[in-house]
Amino acid sequence: MKHTISVLFENKFNAIPRIVGLFSGRGYSIESISFGQGEEPGLTRATITTEGDEQIIEQIAKHLHKLVDVLKVVDLTFEPFVERELALVKVNSTPSNRAEIMQVTDIFRAKIIDISPKTLTIEVTGKSDKVNAAIGMLMQFGIREIARTGSVALKREYQGNM
Amino acid sequence: MTQKNSSQSKPTKKAETKKMSGAEILIQTLVDLKVDTIFGYPGGVVLGIYDVLYKTPKLKHILVRHEQGAAHEADGYARATGKPGVVLVTSGPGATNTVTGIATAYMDSIPMVVFTGQVTSSMIGNDAFQEADIVGITRPITKQSYLMRDVSQLSQVINEAFHIATTGRPGPVLIDLPKDVLSEQTEYKKPEKIHIRGYNPTYKGHSQQISKAAQMINNAKRPLLYVGGGVNTGNAAEELRALAKKGNLPVTTTLLGLGAFPEDDPLSLGMLGMHGTWYANMAIMDCDVLVAIGARFDDRITGRMDTFSLNSKKIHIDIDPSCISKNVPVDIPIVGHVKEILPELTKSVKVANSKEWLESITKWKKDHPLRYDQTDKEILPQFVIETIARVTNHDAIVCTDVGQNQMWSAQFFKFKHARSLLSSGGLGTMGYGLPAAIGAKIGCPDKTVFCITGDGGFQMNIQELTTAVKYQIPVKIAILNNGYLGMVRQWQELFFGKRYSQTILQEGNPDFIKLAAGYGAVGMRIEKKGDVESAIRESLKINDNPVLMDFIVKREEMVMPMVPAGASLTEMIEGGE
Repeated sequence: MKHTISVLFENKFNAIPRIVGLFSGRGYSIESISFGQGEEPGLTRATITTEGDEQIIEQIAKHLHKLVDVLKVVDLTFEPFVERELALVKVNSTPSNRAEIMQVTDIFRAKIIDISPKTLTIEVTGKSDKVNAAIGMLMQFGIREIARTGSVALKREYQGNM
Repeated sequence: MTQKNSSQSKPTKKAETKKMSGAEILIQTLVDLKVDTIFGYPGGVVLGIYDVLYKTPKLKHILVRHEQGAAHEADGYARATGKPGVVLVTSGPGATNTVTGIATAYMDSIPMVVFTGQVTSSMIGNDAFQEADIVGITRPITKQSYLMRDVSQLSQVINEAFHIATTGRPGPVLIDLPKDVLSEQTEYKKPEKIHIRGYNPTYKGHSQQISKAAQMINNAKRPLLYVGGGVNTGNAAEELRALAKKGNLPVTTTLLGLGAFPEDDPLSLGMLGMHGTWYANMAIMDCDVLVAIGARFDDRITGRMDTFSLNSKKIHIDIDPSCISKNVPVDIPIVGHVKEILPELTKSVKVANSKEWLESITKWKKDHPLRYDQTDKEILPQFVIETIARVTNHDAIVCTDVGQNQMWSAQFFKFKHARSLLSSGGLGTMGYGLPAAIGAKIGCPDKTVFCITGDGGFQMNIQELTTAVKYQIPVKIAILNNGYLGMVRQWQELFFGKRYSQTILQEGNPDFIKLAAGYGAVGMRIEKKGDVESAIRESLKINDNPVLMDFIVKREEMVMPMVPAGASLTEMIEGGE
């Protein structure tokens, strides 16, 4: 099953390679991984999506936690959490299909951020499955290049009382 | 401590503001950390450090003959003394030669700090002469590693490295030192208190878990303590003894756990696992409460996992949470340091209701003892080991290589003292024995130190004989010479139709006696059973030189009992007469 793990760590020399190396060295899979500055200078948050049964995920979390530079490891999978991914998709476009592409873009609440006589570049954000769906719909026009960030995620705080 | 030891000869009153080079700071910091010995080998980029060492006689530097030897010697020193081993080597090949030694220490949780030289910062990444990305190469086999960029941080980082190496689950830490950082000058500051936000190993066990565990033990009918290297590294042999005695609990140990509980105690079952005793393996399969203490359910212990100790509830005490439920699901995990947890547990443990159990164990021990053919006219390796044990009153430190010599030592020496068996358990490094023995003897000069090795393993770090001769380190080297790569041959005999592919060493072996003479060591060849004891006694009289004893042993003797790889512990081959 797919898991989303959030790791907060001191971004010292060698910290990122240690996190990534743990996965390759112990044979765990990484579906996506993203790094960005955390809530304090010097802290980085990684969001890792990985596959594995309960025992493997437990081992992953423990080994991540064991790394000297790691402060906090949370497996968000079984908690309510918010998750977003951003993708830039460059598709072939001609004057004749430009309107159609823009329509698809609108449906996914995506944005066109670059245009050339032969291409459009579209920015899509959302949960990974939405990004996948948008890319799927854009496929028919001919995709030239894709750049995706991988998921970033945080635990959802307000859980409502309905 | 003051800086009276720093290398600057000009007397200055204002020592606080005096500038020191990176190399001087390194040595000063080691002196301040009370490091007494470093194992190393010089080279281009670390010349500056060696120049400072030249002026610092109180810090003993052991010049090895190969950097792998330095790492194993530091490891042997650490295992024997409990203090961290320190290694100093140059960049590139100097650094890469330490890799096997670092991996050995990592697998067995041995505290070690390795200093490697590195090319000048501006050259890093340019494929400079003798450049290797040693931080990258050693990333999976170090607990933490650093590439020094800023000399002002050096002292602090070294202190941090020693802290990390020696606390929690111990392990090797590497510091890579670019040449320019070593020559740069800065003020030497005493390091501040170490605070690493992400590193707070748990020492105290959870009290509720401990009382649950005690209750489980008290209700057990067939309890068993399964003890690993953690009790040796955690200096908790006394605490273990107290627990076993109070609860009348039988004890089996792993290879690295040997010595943590005296094997002459009636509660001892010796070693378990692939070449463990019959009775230890039966006990672990039959027990109803299994208490794992500083052990990690390694595959050499459990045999076929899905058959392992199915009827027992399991308690697991370990400092490393990632060891718990890694291989075997556990009912009561207790994370913390054995030295803190065992006394707490002992308080609440009562004498277990286990009379019948202890009786059946006693019967097993009587019916299925470790044995070998005492009447054989040839020298049997087991006999050599038993004789060494008897002559030294089980009080020697024994360093082994890997394979048959290692397993026979584990089976027949009957260890009584913690930290008295030094052996590469996790990585299984051939060539470990001799350098480890040198390191152990340097760390414990009052102890008799034996290296029990084979004709294969001995040759893997044979160059360290020079080190032992040069420093007059009187280690006793017992080569169990069967002319084979014995353990591999044993597997070939049992599982590969006696096809001895590339395991016959005899024709290529050197004359070990001439070799000892060439190195300047004392050599003896022992070909008759009747000469074994006198040779060992003779070796004990020599106190200023290593002694090499070439025991010509029965060639095709096998280590028994044995659990074939992948088989269940109940499927032991007992062998024997």
